[in-house]
Amino acid sequence: MSLVRTLSLVWAALLGLLLLTLGASFALTGPASLAASLAIAVAKAALIYWFFMHLREEGGLVRLAALGVAAWLVIFTLLTSADYAMRP
Amino acid sequence: MTMDNALERRPNPDDLNDRGLSETQDERVSYLRAGHTLRSWLLTTDHKRIAILYLISVTLFFFIGGAAAALVRADLLTPQADLLTNEGYNRAFTLHGVIMVWFFLIPSIPNTFGNFLIPLMIGARDLAFPRLNLLSWYIYMLGGLFTVFVLIAGGVDTGWTFYTPLSSMFSNGHVVMVAVAVFVVGFSSILTGLNFIVTVHKLRAPGMSWGRLRLFVWAHYATSLILVLATPVLSVTLALVAAERLFGLGIFDPKLGGDPLLFQHLFWFYSHPAVYIMVLPALGVVSELVAASARKPVFGYRFIAGSSIAIAIIGFLVWGHHMFVAGQSMYASAVFSFLSLAVAVPSGIKVYNWTATLYKGHIELDPPFFFAASFIGLFVVGGLTGLVLAMLAVDVHLHDTYFVVAHFHYIMVGGTVSAYFGALHFWWPKMSGRIYPRIWGRLAAIFIFLGFNLTFFPQFILGYLGMPRRYHVYDPSFQVLHVLSSAGASILGVAYLMPFTYLFWSMRYGAPAGPNPWDVRGLEWTVPSPPPKHNFEEIPVVTGPPYDYPLEREGDQGEAGDAAEGNAAEGNAGSRA
Repeated sequence: MSLVRTLSLVWAALLGLLLLTLGASFALTGPASLAASLAIAVAKAALIYWFFMHLREEGGLVRLAALGVAAWLVIFTLLTSADYAMRP
Repeated sequence: MTMDNALERRPNPDDLNDRGLSETQDERVSYLRAGHTLRSWLLTTDHKRIAILYLISVTLFFFIGGAAAALVRADLLTPQADLLTNEGYNRAFTLHGVIMVWFFLIPSIPNTFGNFLIPLMIGARDLAFPRLNLLSWYIYMLGGLFTVFVLIAGGVDTGWTFYTPLSSMFSNGHVVMVAVAVFVVGFSSILTGLNFIVTVHKLRAPGMSWGRLRLFVWAHYATSLILVLATPVLSVTLALVAAERLFGLGIFDPKLGGDPLLFQHLFWFYSHPAVYIMVLPALGVVSELVAASARKPVFGYRFIAGSSIAIAIIGFLVWGHHMFVAGQSMYASAVFSFLSLAVAVPSGIKVYNWTATLYKGHIELDPPFFFAASFIGLFVVGGLTGLVLAMLAVDVHLHDTYFVVAHFHYIMVGGTVSAYFGALHFWWPKMSGRIYPRIWGRLAAIFIFLGFNLTFFPQFILGYLGMPRRYHVYDPSFQVLHVLSSAGASILGVAYLMPFTYLFWSMRYGAPAGPNPWDVRGLEWTVPSPPPKHNFEEIPVVTGPPYDYPLEREGDQGEAGDAAEGNAAEGNAGSRA
């Protein structure tokens, strides 16, 4: 597959996910809406990291660093929700 | 010698045999003499010169922050508000905090000693991105001068933590401008962290495996991870405060659907790890000073290196301990309390290993050892009182009192600043090429230790008795302790000025240091003092472990190098066994 073709497909996929976000914001409400938006955002970010930011061409160390950053964001959301989810 | 004569002795820049004021040929061809113009300093990409630029500028900001502290301590001499107004007092302690945290403590050790030493310690000729390194200094100066400008324009009164809703809704000071300054200086931190990470990964000399890195380098690697990961969060948080103030976006204002406590989550997710940005390099310095003082291999090398990384990681999991009484859920508080106790483990590992390294060492009472010993003592007090504050129930009593102020000053000032001065005294002969009078170094270390304890120990008692922080009008029963503290601060102030006198003196009149004045191991001590512009004539090949001092076994007597005596002692030990 040529590079242009790959990148165009990724771009199309991102647009598709954008439409999905738009649809979800109308169709869903409350926590379900938040969960859907976050899940779609993760998918979009993953596509961008993998293709546009060249992670698929990189070696193990750089991929590990990217995963480390993701894990670090999980720490933040997890421990912050230990507060927000458990408030009386 | 008069000034005219000194100027006449300026060397011909093209003639390396014309020494001018240089005492030795090594000094003549060193980085210090590689160009004499202002331009050759301000546009340099040499990591050693950039380190000197940082040394000068962090010293400047240390004195600005120190002046604000002097105002605060002078005002606290009496229970009334007689020196500063309420507003003026708020602005003085905010200025002290902002300057000391972002313009002194965070850049102090990494940007001066890290910049100077990391390439020398790993056997490289410079950092991976020399121009980025210079850019980080310019960004730092831009942020710093902007802060000084805000100070002249009237200052800010929120404290260095910019808590909402005070900062977002009520404060009349220049919150947005200070936020911009801190935002800007953050990029300097990120660039430095990035540069160190890439340098340690890519520029190690042949044979310099990860297990042969010096502990100073391990500590800076861990620090760099935090710098790169945490600083953007601070930038975003301050941008959100500015957005709420300027455009009324509902991030922290409950009326608009925001949450004031969200600010504290975001801020401390940066700022607690930032505490480790400030202290991890100091821990690295002390590991070096301890090994050099004992002239022994470091006890538990892998554990000290690993504990730096562990501190960097666990340091990200404890931020909620700043919010025990702020309305955070009890469940979260319990989790954060437990994790805060966990972060004491790697710090404890370091302290025990340093002590074990010193055990039966060949210690000489040199100034760096005095600073390292003060560090260990003060760090232990600061760390243990941190555990006291991590207890949920005890924190209800001590939160926002002088006990907290004393605790973090024991870590930041007793710890980091002691290590900073220890590093300055240890590597000064390498940086300047000259020896300073050791007796003055010892005296400065002793006065700093005494002045520090007199300043901050009374604050533990004040806090325990209920004196809240950030108040300048207080109950007269607290006055004795406040006067003690202010008296200590004046001793501390004089003691901090002492090194600048004799170190300056040594630059002109000190004897040449030679490559290894302390008789210690390490790549930086194999090159001339001051080092030549490109550090190493040939890139060294590393064949042995770090700290490869001669090993002595139980029962050995005298120097290990003395084979005959060593063998005899071994025989004795054997017969006793």
